[in-house]
Amino acid sequence: MSEEIEFDTAGITKKFMYVNRKAPYGTIYALEVLEAVLISAAFEQHAAIVFIDDGVYQIKKGQDTAAINMKNFSKTYGIIEMEKEDADEDEDMDMVWRIIVEKESMEARGLSADDFVVDVEVLPSAELAKVMAEQDVVISG
Amino acid sequence: MAYEVGGKTFESDEEGYLVDLASWNEELAGLIAKDEEIDMTDEHWEVVNFLRDYYNEYQIAPAVRVLVKAIKKKFGAEKGSNKYLYELFPYGPAKQACKIAGLPKPTGCV
Repeated sequence: MSEEIEFDTAGITKKFMYVNRKAPYGTIYALEVLEAVLISAAFEQHAAIVFIDDGVYQIKKGQDTAAINMKNFSKTYGIIEMEKEDADEDEDMDMVWRIIVEKESMEARGLSADDFVVDVEVLPSAELAKVMAEQDVVISG
Repeated sequence: MAYEVGGKTFESDEEGYLVDLASWNEELAGLIAKDEEIDMTDEHWEVVNFLRDYYNEYQIAPAVRVLVKAIKKKFGAEKGSNKYLYELFPYGPAKQACKIAGLPKPTGCV
């Protein structure tokens, strides 16, 4: 192992949007989308991580999964926040990340921006549609 | 499989990853490292302790890229490379360092 291993992540950068629409447990969607988001970080892609409908529960504070015998992965969303901060701070890094909650979905569930484990942008549906239209790839889960 | 340290038995999976994260201690880490043919130095402990802290905070092991960046930030530029990590853990920092840190086997490849 004398040669340095280089991961060449330079290349095409696309705008990815991940649309989370389902509650965190009961289906595999939330966890799988989260994995995909983390992979796009590895390749330094732009990402907008969006929470709509019951998807807003994925990042709700105070989750307790003991009774359903599943791992509480809500803390893992902290990585998204960390990646976003890294990307914002590092001038050499061309990576824009946004964490967005749809206003209507949040309010319909009696939640506010303070109820989430990460800092979020709250956007009304019409604004979100505009952001969605700007994306190269939209992945929904 | 299992490890035995100080008269206590610690259960592991067939590849040697600790089953109960909470039962980990430094002595046990030393024994796992020995099985991996690694002599633990301060530099090894820096990585292992970082992995444990990261896992406690985020509930998963970091991607290699994140690990490299974090080590660079925390311990200086000369330590922030894949080469450095592979020198410490020749069979892969993710695989070996996680095992020694008592974390589950990393699932991803990045």
